[in-house]
Amino acid sequence: MPEPLLAVTALDVGYGHVPVVREASLDVSRGEIVTIIGANGAGKSTLLKALAGLVRPTAGRVMLDGHEVTGFAPEKLVRQGLALVPEGRMLFGPMAVSENLALGAHTRRVAAEVAADLERVHTLFPVLAERSEQPAATLSGGEQQMLAIARALMSRPRILLLDEPSLGLAPKVIADIFKVLDALRADGLGILLVEQDANLALKHAQHGHVMRSGRVVMSGTAAELADNDDVRLIYLGAWHGNE
Amino acid sequence: MSSSELLQFLISGLQNGAVYALVGLGFTLVYASTGIINFAQGEFFMLGGMLAVAGVRMGLPLPLSILAAVLLSAGVGVAMERFALRPRRDSGALVLIIITIGASMVLKSLARHIFGPNEMALPAFTPGPPVLLLGAAIDRQVLWIWGLTIVAVVGLTLLYTKTKLGRAMRASSLSHDAARLMGIDTAGVVMISFGLAAALGALGGAAVAPLTQTAFDVGARAGLKGFAAAILGGLGNPIAAVVGGLVLGVLESLSVAFISSTYKDAISLVLLLAVLFLRPQGLLGKSGREKV
Repeated sequence: MPEPLLAVTALDVGYGHVPVVREASLDVSRGEIVTIIGANGAGKSTLLKALAGLVRPTAGRVMLDGHEVTGFAPEKLVRQGLALVPEGRMLFGPMAVSENLALGAHTRRVAAEVAADLERVHTLFPVLAERSEQPAATLSGGEQQMLAIARALMSRPRILLLDEPSLGLAPKVIADIFKVLDALRADGLGILLVEQDANLALKHAQHGHVMRSGRVVMSGTAAELADNDDVRLIYLGAWHGNE
Repeated sequence: MSSSELLQFLISGLQNGAVYALVGLGFTLVYASTGIINFAQGEFFMLGGMLAVAGVRMGLPLPLSILAAVLLSAGVGVAMERFALRPRRDSGALVLIIITIGASMVLKSLARHIFGPNEMALPAFTPGPPVLLLGAAIDRQVLWIWGLTIVAVVGLTLLYTKTKLGRAMRASSLSHDAARLMGIDTAGVVMISFGLAAALGALGGAAVAPLTQTAFDVGARAGLKGFAAAILGGLGNPIAAVVGGLVLGVLESLSVAFISSTYKDAISLVLLLAVLFLRPQGLLGKSGREKV
């Protein structure tokens, strides 16, 4: 089996002396969506933040494409090909859509490649081309999420981390966004997806992990998790019947 | 009061206002990139004048002295960020602000030690009789002050809107974390902001020194005026700092014309308090911060 793109081993993350994530281990390979599901406060977002460099892990190891990147700063990790679409999107609200995308390409050196990638994200999300000169803050929630993803893609990542991309969006918009994620995966991108909507996440992912109280308590293929009785009961809302 | 007298007061107001604007721009630049007020900003105004005088006394040509003074001051600003502030950057805004107050005391004491306690004069950039305009006399140095202020503001605007560095600076001012996720070296952006702020203050100090003289202790007053200008316009916005500076200068000057010169310095304090109480976002600031 080839080496995974992202390999996380026994990662501990905490704020001060409060541990939030304990001994988290997971792999993401090229052309694969791996999802982390779990309740609010299970440590999913903190784990993503640590992987993107915004919080320093206190123990454990992160390998990116065979190179150790544990504790790297975010500005360094972007250059290594890792991009995060953060919780709450963190767009540059007063700045135009085009400027947000240009900032996404901050680390890039070849203008022609950036222009080609801009065309590509405009093809993936045509609405961003229409709204190019509008301030990001004036976009609808769905458009903002598309911009956040497009902005991350402008750094030409090998691995994309997504924190709750479906949060607060209409089903139609969610479907559009996940269609794009599926296409990116098919193109070879590795995607680590944190989602509260476990149904949605397991439908699009190949592998999944369940987090509870800062620990990864269950791992398997998306199909295995979707069939697991505990997962069905707790995270898939099986008592509502099959939605 | 005749209209030419009024014009004279207006010109003097716009002269001081341009200098306040330069110092105020420094406050705004540092605030935008760090969220703190740099209370050493006035000392760069002092350094600009004093170093230019020192250069001239060492026999350097005047333009070279001024350029050297501005660059050296920028270097001091960068060093202050790198060695005094960055090691403590996780300690919170209050600690950082107190460090800037400490830095201002150090710079002032060093200046007194190196340059002595006396007032010093810098030669006019271009000597000659005042230029007459509608019956009012404008000192040639005032034209220099206006010209340099305009060049600084246009240059800064171009830097902000047209360059990659400027875009990175604006992004960092909105969110350091988001900027870092884009690959922006926010620590470098903060250091550049301190350097630019110091250079602008020093430029103001050197430009006004031929008119007002300079000394080791002119920084505090200039800092207060620049701070008032930045608050009056709305912190964090360069254009607002310039408007704030000009409005403050003209109001001061009109208070001299219509009330008494006794209250000239009180005007900036009263305005500062009034703005903080009534309109904390400043004249041009938007109420509340835009968040996405």
